[in-house]
Amino acid sequence: MVRFLLRRFVGYLVLVLIATCLGYLLAASSLDPRSNFEGRNPPPPPESVDRVLSDLNINDKTPVLERFATWMGGVVRGDFGRTIGGEPVLDEMGRRIGVSLRLLLLASILGGALGVLVGVVGAVKQYRFSDHATTLFSFVTLATPVFLLAVLLKLGALQLNRAAGTTILYYTGEATPGLQGSWWQLAVDRVQHLVLPTLAIVLAQAAFYSRYQRNAMLDVLGSDFLRTAQAKGLRRRQALLKHGLRTALIPMATFFAYQFGLLLTGATFVEKIFGWHGMGEWFVDAVNGNDVNVVAAVTVFAAALVLVAGMLADLAHAALDPRVRIR
Amino acid sequence: MAIPTDPLLVAASEAGEDVPPGVEELEVGGRGRLVLRRFLRRRLAVVGLVVLVVLFAFAFVGPFLSPWDHTSKDFAAFLEPPSSRHWFGTTQIGQDVYAQTLRGLQKSLVIGLLTAFVSTGIAAVVGACAGYFGGWPDRVLMWVVDLLLVLPAFLVIAVLSPTFRGRSWLLFVVLLAGFSWMITARVVRGLALGLREREFVQAARFMGVPSMVIVFRHLLPNMASILIIDATLNVGGAILAETGLSYFGFGVQPPDVSLGTLIANGTRSALTFPWLFLFSGGLLVLTVLAVSFVGDGLRDALDPNAAAARAR
Repeated sequence: MVRFLLRRFVGYLVLVLIATCLGYLLAASSLDPRSNFEGRNPPPPPESVDRVLSDLNINDKTPVLERFATWMGGVVRGDFGRTIGGEPVLDEMGRRIGVSLRLLLLASILGGALGVLVGVVGAVKQYRFSDHATTLFSFVTLATPVFLLAVLLKLGALQLNRAAGTTILYYTGEATPGLQGSWWQLAVDRVQHLVLPTLAIVLAQAAFYSRYQRNAMLDVLGSDFLRTAQAKGLRRRQALLKHGLRTALIPMATFFAYQFGLLLTGATFVEKIFGWHGMGEWFVDAVNGNDVNVVAAVTVFAAALVLVAGMLADLAHAALDPRVRIR
Repeated sequence: MAIPTDPLLVAASEAGEDVPPGVEELEVGGRGRLVLRRFLRRRLAVVGLVVLVVLFAFAFVGPFLSPWDHTSKDFAAFLEPPSSRHWFGTTQIGQDVYAQTLRGLQKSLVIGLLTAFVSTGIAAVVGACAGYFGGWPDRVLMWVVDLLLVLPAFLVIAVLSPTFRGRSWLLFVVLLAGFSWMITARVVRGLALGLREREFVQAARFMGVPSMVIVFRHLLPNMASILIIDATLNVGGAILAETGLSYFGFGVQPPDVSLGTLIANGTRSALTFPWLFLFSGGLLVLTVLAVSFVGDGLRDALDPNAAAARAR
C-alpha cells in the first residue's frame, strides 16, 4: 500500500518536474519582454534595456538554457526570480495562491459533492422527471463556457439587487475595500462576494461530475453483487450506499484528479470576470505583459496542483478499493 | 473491447437469403441502414443534427442576406439596439453585430470541426501504434500522453500565443489539436490491445503484412465507430477551447472574429447593452449542445454495447 503510493508519488514528481522545465522553456522562448521597453516613448537606450533584462534574467540575448539554469538554481533555493516590475515573484505568489485557494477549494468540494449527489439520484430514479430535468440542466451547463456562465450570473445578480433594492450579492473583488466593522460584518461581506464566483465554478463542476457519476452508478445498479446484498437481507438504501455508491465512486477519483488539475483554467475566467486577484488572473496578465518569471511560477503552481490532486485521487482510490491496498 | 457482431445484423442477413431481390433491399439494409434507423429513433439526436445543419447554413448563407459586412462600420448608428436596419444591433464603433456574429460562428464552426478531426486522427494513430507494438514504443508514447495531461493545454497555448500572432489561424488549429488528443489515445490503445490478439490480425501478421499496414488496414477500421463518436464529441470541446482562448485574446486574432472574441468584447458592457453578447453567446451554447446531442445519438446508434448507451 505504502509502496504503491510511494511509487505513484515518484512518478508524479518526475512528470511535474519535467512539466515545470518545459513550462519555463516555452515561456522563455515564446514571450518577448523586450517589446515592453521598445514600445515606450521616448525609447530607452538599448544598453539600459539590456541591463534591466539581464538583471531580471529575462534577456533574450542570453541563451535560453543559460537563463533556465539560472532560474532553476533560484527555484531550488526557493527563489522564483522577480516580476518584470522588479518585485519578488514569491511574495506576490503567496498572496495570490491564498486568494485562488479560498475560491477553488470550497468551490471544487461543493461542486464534486453536488455532482455526485445529482448523479446518484439521477441513476436511482432513472427516466423519472427529476432525472430528465437534471440531465437537461447538466447538458446545457456543459455547453455553456465558464465565461458566459459567469456573465449570466452577474446579470442575474444585478436583477436580484435591483429587485431587492439593496446590494445582496457583489460581483467585483473578494471584499469591499476599506470596510470597517465587526468581524461578523466583515464575514458577511466576504460571503456576499464569494457566492457568485463560487456558484460559477460549482455549477460547471457539478454538471461534469453528475454525468459520469450517473453512468458509473447505472453500471453498478445492474450488477450481481448488489442483488446479492439485497438478497442477503440488506435494505435497498443500505445496499445502495454501502455496496453501490462505494464502487461507483472509484472511477470518479481519477476524474477528480484530472479535473482538479484543470481547475486553474476555469479559475482564470472566473477570477478575471469577478475581479479576484488570484493566480489565474495573474497568469493572463503575465502572458499579456510578457512577464516570463511570473508565467513560469504559475506553471509550477499548476503542476503542483496536478501533483496534489493525483496523490489525493490515489489515496481515495486506495481507501475505496481494497484490491489496491493489497498490492 | 472489440466491436461485437451485431445480432440484429446477423439475423437480418441470414433471413435475407431466400427473399426475392426486390424485397431484400427494403428489409435488409446492412449496417449503414441499421445505424441510420437507430440514430433516427433518438429524437434529441435528430433535433441536434437539424440544428447543426441549420446553423451551418445560417453561418455561410446568412451574411449574404444583410447589406453589412463584418468589417464595415455604420457611422450613423453607434450602440443601437436591434432594429430592422441592424438585426442584432450595432457596437460602440458602429459595426453590425449580425454580420460579426455570423462571421464568428463560421470561424468557430470551422475551427471546431478541423480540430476535432485532426485530434482524433492523432489519437487514433498514436493509440493504435502504442497498443499494437507494445513494449517500449508503448511505454514512451503513454509517457508522452501523461506528460501532456499534466501540462494544462490552456496554459501552454496561451503562452505560445505570441508566436502565432499575425500568422494563419490554421496554426492555432494545429496547437489546439496537438493538446487535445491524449485521453482518446488511451482509449484507442486499450482497444488495440484487445484487437491485437484477434485471429484476423494474427493471420495478417503471419502472412507478412507490414506492421503499419496492419495498424491502418485492420486495427483502425475496426474501431471506426469509436473514432466517429469521439470526433463528434470532440467538436464541442474544441469549440469551447477555441472560444475560451479567443476570449482572452490568445486565439483568433483581430481583425478576424470568433464567437469567443465577440463574447469578450460584448461582456465588457454586458450589464447595459446585452445584445452585444447575447446572440453570440446563445449561438455558442446552441452549437455545442447540438453537437453533444448528435454525438450521444451516434454513440447509441453505432455502439449499442457502450456503457453510455445503456445509461441514457
